[in-house]
Amino acid sequence: MTKYIIKRLIGMIPTLFIIVTLSFFIVRIAPGGPFDGERALPEAVKRNIEAKYHMDETLLMQYGRYMFDVVRGDLGPSYKYKDYDVNTLIGVSLPNSIVLGSFAMVVALIFGISLGTLAAVKQNTILDYFPMILASFGLSIPLFVFAPLLQQIFCMWLGWFPTTGWFMNNNAPLRTAVLPTIALSFAYYADIARLTRSSMVETLRSDYIRTARAKGMKNSTIVFKHAMKGAMLPVVSYLGPAFAGILTGSIVVEQVFLVPGLGKFFVQSSFNRDYTLIVGVVIVYSAILIIMNFIVDIVYAFLDPRISYK
Amino acid sequence: MSSFKDKEILLEVKDLRTYFKTDNGILKAVDGVSFVVHEGETVGLVGESGCGKSVTNLSIMRLVPSPPGKIVGGEVIYRGTDIMKLSEKELRGIRGNKISMIFQDPMTSLNPYLRISTQMIETIRLHQDMTKAQARERAITMLKLVGIPSAETRIDCYPHQFSGGMRQRVMIAMALSCNADLLIADEPTTALDVTIQAQILELIKKISAELKTAVILITHDLGVVAGMCDKVCVMYAGRIVESALTDELYSNPAHPYTRGLIASVPKMDGNREERLFSIEGQPPNVIDLPPCCPFHPRCDRTCEVCRHAYPPVKQIGEDHYVACWLNCSEEERQEAMNGGDK
Repeated sequence: MTKYIIKRLIGMIPTLFIIVTLSFFIVRIAPGGPFDGERALPEAVKRNIEAKYHMDETLLMQYGRYMFDVVRGDLGPSYKYKDYDVNTLIGVSLPNSIVLGSFAMVVALIFGISLGTLAAVKQNTILDYFPMILASFGLSIPLFVFAPLLQQIFCMWLGWFPTTGWFMNNNAPLRTAVLPTIALSFAYYADIARLTRSSMVETLRSDYIRTARAKGMKNSTIVFKHAMKGAMLPVVSYLGPAFAGILTGSIVVEQVFLVPGLGKFFVQSSFNRDYTLIVGVVIVYSAILIIMNFIVDIVYAFLDPRISYK
Repeated sequence: MSSFKDKEILLEVKDLRTYFKTDNGILKAVDGVSFVVHEGETVGLVGESGCGKSVTNLSIMRLVPSPPGKIVGGEVIYRGTDIMKLSEKELRGIRGNKISMIFQDPMTSLNPYLRISTQMIETIRLHQDMTKAQARERAITMLKLVGIPSAETRIDCYPHQFSGGMRQRVMIAMALSCNADLLIADEPTTALDVTIQAQILELIKKISAELKTAVILITHDLGVVAGMCDKVCVMYAGRIVESALTDELYSNPAHPYTRGLIASVPKMDGNREERLFSIEGQPPNVIDLPPCCPFHPRCDRTCEVCRHAYPPVKQIGEDHYVACWLNCSEEERQEAMNGGDK
């Protein structure tokens, strides 16, 4: 197992290398550049700027220079946000996204798994329909509708929470985290609840559950001791990519609740052709994704004794 | 073979009916099955696929998946108490404790995510007042009894580390770990290869004799029945069409279906050129079956009344019962014909 873990860790390096290389070239193939504005810059100014960012060199030279920096842990200066480098931008925003994402994921997991299991055990009763209808809403209502709706109800009408703000900045109260967490977790709750329900229903029909019943086990013991492990496998494999997505932020939630997270850089850096920032957030996202998938594989081996890694 | 008539009755199934609701109508999987199991007796339940053998036994334990299945009538009397009327809690006290089951496919019947030790110890501690260490001792004893080599270490393995035959041994050990009175074996050897089949059957025979456990053996293999069972019930389309002591049934089959089944067994000393015997046609669809003998379309001795009414069960010898119009008098047939016309 240790050997497998080390092998997987080493295997991450070429994967990341390929991702960085591809995104480096792809963003430069896209038309437009970081310094193209409404009006064309005077030729001399443009040349000066390009020289400053080494954009007058050949693409291969730039690539080599960039890779050298990345290996040292320097993601370069942002082309758009002058005076900031990419490390700072990500370093300031990523923790907010990770905290919000973790909150949302914990909420989604607690409600998703418990209500999904309940729905499976009480199949075709009100306790099945209610969580599943809720999940359908979670899947079908877009965030940009759901989030303002939450603000309208809980901030404007009930006045329980401030509409915007983020508790990790400016001494804002902790309750500023509640609504963004709910908004962000809703769609993930929907996925987890539906996955849990369907795999639990399937597991409860399996032969070994019938054996457990024939042994005279209590229903609750059967569900939690005998069925839960097997039923959790699809949920666990869903969690890898889901975690990577939720931790790197959501532009909608961040915009609506003014959370200073990483999500907005995903979108804005692309619009701005902010080459270094684009590749920077891509590196962060893919690193988290790779690590999450790696953790999923390890958890899988713990859940299912038939899987062994060598 | 000795009769178990003088032994106490352990389990009595009376007119058991289990129906399944399907989109096409009510499927009468078990439709009025009655039989008796005496203490220590081995009863065989024989029939084609889909004739209701398994559902009968799942019904005895009230394990029929519901919905769509439902036990709509009948009694299952275990030592004087009707299992159908027990509360869920009382029922759990019987399942796995007094009446145990082993299933067709040992590859899927054990929980793949839990160690053998976990699964066995939880069963024992569920029904018996034992500490974990005592239960583990007991589990190891049982595993040794069913012939698992180096049981002390193998008990901590997961099911996938066992072969099919070994898993079925584990199932048997688990089923009998609480000294059950009755073991229901639902085609225990169907998923195993032939050499292992013989071993498992031998094991069930040996252990049931040792622990004085009664066995209901569900199978479609008449050879197995001949070697194992004291009594045989032949099922067809959700009913028992003939039941008799094993020797009597083989020497004196009364129902045309039983005769067909026995004739279908390939004979080692038969003529190699000859075609193997088979019963023509398919078992009937048991959804919305009209009142008739369900076997009549495949029977070679059909008469008019077979198409109109189900034959009554007749006793034709000591412990030999058959449901066939051939064993009824002319008056009875006439009466059924008139009744059927009304």
